[in-house]
Amino acid sequence: MTILLAILLGALFGIALDRAGATSPNLIIGMLTLRVLHLMKAILLAIGIASVLMFAGQIAGLVEVGHMSVKTAYIGVFFGGLLLGLGWAVSGFCPGTGVASAATGRLDALVFVGGGLAGAAAFMATYEWFEGTWVMAKIAGGNATLGTVPGIDNPALISGLRGDLLGIALGAVFIAAAFALPDRLSGSRVTVVPAE
Amino acid sequence: MFLSWKSGGVLLGLAFFLAVALVKPIGVSTQFVILDGLLWNAVDSAVVVADEAAKSGYASPNAYLDKSGGKYAKAVANPVNYGFIFVLAIALGAAVSGYLRGSFREKNRFMPEVWLANYGKTPALRFASAFLGGFLVLYGARLAGGCTSGHMMSGIMQTAVSGYIFAAGAFLAAIPTAMFLYSREA
Repeated sequence: MTILLAILLGALFGIALDRAGATSPNLIIGMLTLRVLHLMKAILLAIGIASVLMFAGQIAGLVEVGHMSVKTAYIGVFFGGLLLGLGWAVSGFCPGTGVASAATGRLDALVFVGGGLAGAAAFMATYEWFEGTWVMAKIAGGNATLGTVPGIDNPALISGLRGDLLGIALGAVFIAAAFALPDRLSGSRVTVVPAE
Repeated sequence: MFLSWKSGGVLLGLAFFLAVALVKPIGVSTQFVILDGLLWNAVDSAVVVADEAAKSGYASPNAYLDKSGGKYAKAVANPVNYGFIFVLAIALGAAVSGYLRGSFREKNRFMPEVWLANYGKTPALRFASAFLGGFLVLYGARLAGGCTSGHMMSGIMQTAVSGYIFAAGAFLAAIPTAMFLYSREA
């Protein structure tokens, strides 16, 4: 049953990534250069919808709160994010979109996945550099959420705030932001004349 | 050929919601480690060993595969698990979607328009940058404990503090780098 769900949910995610345009490095780089915000708007809307549905579903008793899995916050999350951001901008792919894009027949994405396997292997070989150091020192008590989510015992950044209601409110903010964001924040809408 | 940002966003949002409603939040980058482990274990069977003393029942001489009671070692020993099959299924879904929109028939499948606008027809440089990018992305994702899917999307939708920290780091590096590298518009 779990494996069947893995196939169905994974395939749905793969289809969604491709149809939303996330398999296109051109659209990823367009987003990161703030010229084509198509994907930024889609991502903001997706986070907002998923957040509202999940937290509202929890309050209605339809969604199991225990399915949440909040990752630990530590200094390395920020540094790792910087490194990922660098590679993301250089290549136009991230792990999920790289796998999906390679599957649509993109050869640069296939090479990206190869580089990714090498990068993951390099981390496996060098993990001991970081283990137990300040890089792994927890922030805000570890796997914290912004507010206190009823039904799980994760620490809260702002204790006393209802985490599920905050999640719905923030979800609404993300949806509003997706609509409010213009199609582009930089560059000009000129017709590009081919160089030759 | 791609959906509008609204339809695409709704579809992506439903995928993230259904995953957490039915099983657990979406994540991808861990599976690069599991595939590495599978390949490594195929050439050296001592990489993952059964160990009753370990919490997962498996141990590894590699500190990363061995961490958290050997949970990655266990996944390498049993690759037919949710996380690994999920990522294989991403490829399946994307391949079907791509086939239906004709992605396999496109002539240029390695140099995006914005690449051509800035660097011209330089396939070797493009492949080198894709490899380097992949290396940095996965090294960074493993240092951070998650990637764009696990930290940014799944994290922020759950109001995870770690998701916001990750997103701040990723965009802080990615936006200036992209603007510098791709200063000419496609």
